[in-house]
Amino acid sequence: MSFLRKKLDDLKRPFEKGQKWEKFAPAFSAFDTFLFVPDHTTKKGAHIRDAVDLKRTMMVVVLALIPALIYGMYNTGYQYFSQTGEAFTFFDAFLHGAWKIVPMIVVSYAVGLGIEFIFAIYRGHEVNEGYLVTGLLIPMIMPVDIPLWMVAVSVAFAVLIGKEAFGGTGMNILNPALMARAFAFFAYPTYMSGNKVWVSEASNVDGISGETILGSLAAGKEVSYDMWSMFAGAIPGSIAETSTLFIGLGALLLILTGIGSWRIIVGGFIGAAAMAFLFNLWGANALMSFPWYQHLIVGGLAFGIVFMATDPVSAAQTYKGKWIYGILVGVFSVMIRVFNPAYPEGVMLAILLMNVFAPTIDHYVIEASIKRRKKRLATVTAKSA
Amino acid sequence: MGIYYGNNLIIIKFAGIFELTNFISIDSMSNDIKIRKGLDIKLQGVAEKTVSTAPRSKKFAIKPTDFHGVTPKMVVKEGASVKAGEVIFFSKYSDSVKFVAPVSGTLTEIRRGAKRRILEVIIEADTEDTYVDHGSKDVSQMSGTEVKEHLLAGGCWPFIKQRPYDVIANPEEAPKAIFVSAMSTAPLSADVEFLLKDRMDDFKTGLEAIAKLTSGKTHVCYDAKGSGLFSGINGVALHKVSGPHPAGNVGVQIHHIDPINAGERVWVVGPEDVAIIGSFFRTGKFQADRMVALAGTEAPKNAYYTMRIGTNVHDVVGKISSSVRIISGNVLTGDHIANDGYVGYYANEITMIPEGKEHRMFGWLPFKDNHIPSMSRSSLSWLFPNKRYKVNTNLNGEERALVVTGEMEQVMPMDIFPMQLLKECMAANIEKMENLGIYEVAPEDFALIDYTNTSKIEAQSIIREALDLMIQEVG
Repeated sequence: MSFLRKKLDDLKRPFEKGQKWEKFAPAFSAFDTFLFVPDHTTKKGAHIRDAVDLKRTMMVVVLALIPALIYGMYNTGYQYFSQTGEAFTFFDAFLHGAWKIVPMIVVSYAVGLGIEFIFAIYRGHEVNEGYLVTGLLIPMIMPVDIPLWMVAVSVAFAVLIGKEAFGGTGMNILNPALMARAFAFFAYPTYMSGNKVWVSEASNVDGISGETILGSLAAGKEVSYDMWSMFAGAIPGSIAETSTLFIGLGALLLILTGIGSWRIIVGGFIGAAAMAFLFNLWGANALMSFPWYQHLIVGGLAFGIVFMATDPVSAAQTYKGKWIYGILVGVFSVMIRVFNPAYPEGVMLAILLMNVFAPTIDHYVIEASIKRRKKRLATVTAKSA
Repeated sequence: MGIYYGNNLIIIKFAGIFELTNFISIDSMSNDIKIRKGLDIKLQGVAEKTVSTAPRSKKFAIKPTDFHGVTPKMVVKEGASVKAGEVIFFSKYSDSVKFVAPVSGTLTEIRRGAKRRILEVIIEADTEDTYVDHGSKDVSQMSGTEVKEHLLAGGCWPFIKQRPYDVIANPEEAPKAIFVSAMSTAPLSADVEFLLKDRMDDFKTGLEAIAKLTSGKTHVCYDAKGSGLFSGINGVALHKVSGPHPAGNVGVQIHHIDPINAGERVWVVGPEDVAIIGSFFRTGKFQADRMVALAGTEAPKNAYYTMRIGTNVHDVVGKISSSVRIISGNVLTGDHIANDGYVGYYANEITMIPEGKEHRMFGWLPFKDNHIPSMSRSSLSWLFPNKRYKVNTNLNGEERALVVTGEMEQVMPMDIFPMQLLKECMAANIEKMENLGIYEVAPEDFALIDYTNTSKIEAQSIIREALDLMIQEVG
């Protein structure tokens, strides 16, 4: 270890202040601090600091994504093989999925981190770790057969327009991963919707139907999946959104570690359940009468609420605000599903919409505290007058 | 709601789906305060409750840097001899506030820093002190004005600080209340009951005196878990306070008992400073002796020492390696002092911890390096709530953009939105700072945010700069 450290310190020299590669210091530092937590000590303020930092926080989210990702790889193969009727093992299915999904992840990280590094060097700040999560989320919410160049363009759009244009990490209004998906959705609709994109090779092989449950409901057809398949995730859909079970494992990790806001997650499910329940009572069409508890386990709702709505930068920031924000994400997800049969999955647009409103929600929550303070002042001035 | 560590237990609260009040419950039936948000950081190196007298230093120093915002105007020149209690400098912009020599001796050096700012006024001590005698007084016979003048003349005024702004009180102003927090919840801090148990007469006299400085109430807050040393004091409003740090911060107590509105002043005095004031009234001498807890893993001995204000730390702890940080005060709010530096004016602790100038391989992996305490459950240290940790000064990461939300609120037991306030402070937006409660906070109330925040921002210095801006713009 000390040998490696020495080597790194030697390599670091040309990047130091006043040396020839000074400008590229953030790029080197990103690699250096990936290997070692730096030897920086406290200069002012509290003399001791908590073990947590942004890298650690982001890694917890990456860990939470892993179960859904692995299941997503398996499910990609499973959907393909079970529809073609070929015999297959778990490994065949997993490899089939991995073969398609790993390149997407590589492209997403390469393009996104590339842009992040350039901006870090250009702006002279350290590379922020947020993209470790965004870069993994983006492939996980795409249809499996989307061409890699579309992934690359969507990523570039999300990072450049969605994040850096607003001032970089911590300043963006919208969730960057959803920006990538929304961009792909509106730019390349034939690759992002319909009934031919949700199962691997569905557009090439005639025997495969790639319809999602929400898609069939919107078309007024019967749903042929049982509850367990919906919950466990053996259904067509975006790569990692299908398994509520494995998303739930991730949610558990996020809630237990406190990294993901349990207020948003719980609020989101409550909002969706309540809205779906109301529609059940109304029951005018197949989507409306789709049982409320099944609304929670099909489509991207669970994935969106657990991993995208909880993005602390684009969500509401106050405790009360998080409740309101979470509940409204759930409400709007189901509302969009039911009212917009052309695009049966509502969670993406619901979260983006609420991202825009999150600052307003916080504003009113904080305003309440300000009012208390002003009222207190008014009572005192009235007394002394 | 959220997470509360303290009282040796962890409660993860998922109860209360709709959080209508996420603040603190003040028991409306009594004057007691229960704080629920906060964090007790359990560290190794607690001072044992034994008292030794530190050998008398050869040199003492008064550091104008201990008095935030004071520009010293020297009265005594280098080489002159002074008595204990003799004025050595006063505040240029408030000339009735005088600072006196803690010992008798010769003023040997005025150490200056950049722009000739005075850093230390060093006095070489005589072997025995001769005091300026102000004569003993019967406090009960004195008026508020007399008390004030006596304190100003005797050099005791710097013990009286004001909120808002956390600076020495302006004697021209009238406070609406006076607060004494007779407890400390900061990590490794001195036990206030232990400091005062043999000085209760001084403490009570001091209280009686300062109570005359306000037409409002004088409040004394003490630890609900304590032995009841303070419970029988007359003439003041008593409050039992319980909960994790920062329950002992006087600002938190003021916020829950009599919050500060724009334009109001509250004065605060440290518990031992009250006793020093009391002894000044009883004896007529400025006899500023303190009990100081020597804490932290690197201290040669974890115990209490009695010492005069301005003692040279080298005379107490001996020669210390440069890989040890000596802090005058506690690990959250104290000042880094040199090995031959001087203990701060208000400090009741000297904390010594190792410097953390070392790399940790893959230290950013979650659930790794659990020997470093963490409020976040991305480390496993939360599984051992009773464990005492050995800590160093490593930043454990690098400064980053503000990303994580909700963590600052966990350690801010006030009706204040800490992250929003910090952002407005950085933007120097005075109106919004006022709206968000800048008058109710002091840097020390943000110390736990310094410690816990994921982005490693320096919350205390942001608040300090914002308060200085408020002094300039609003006053």
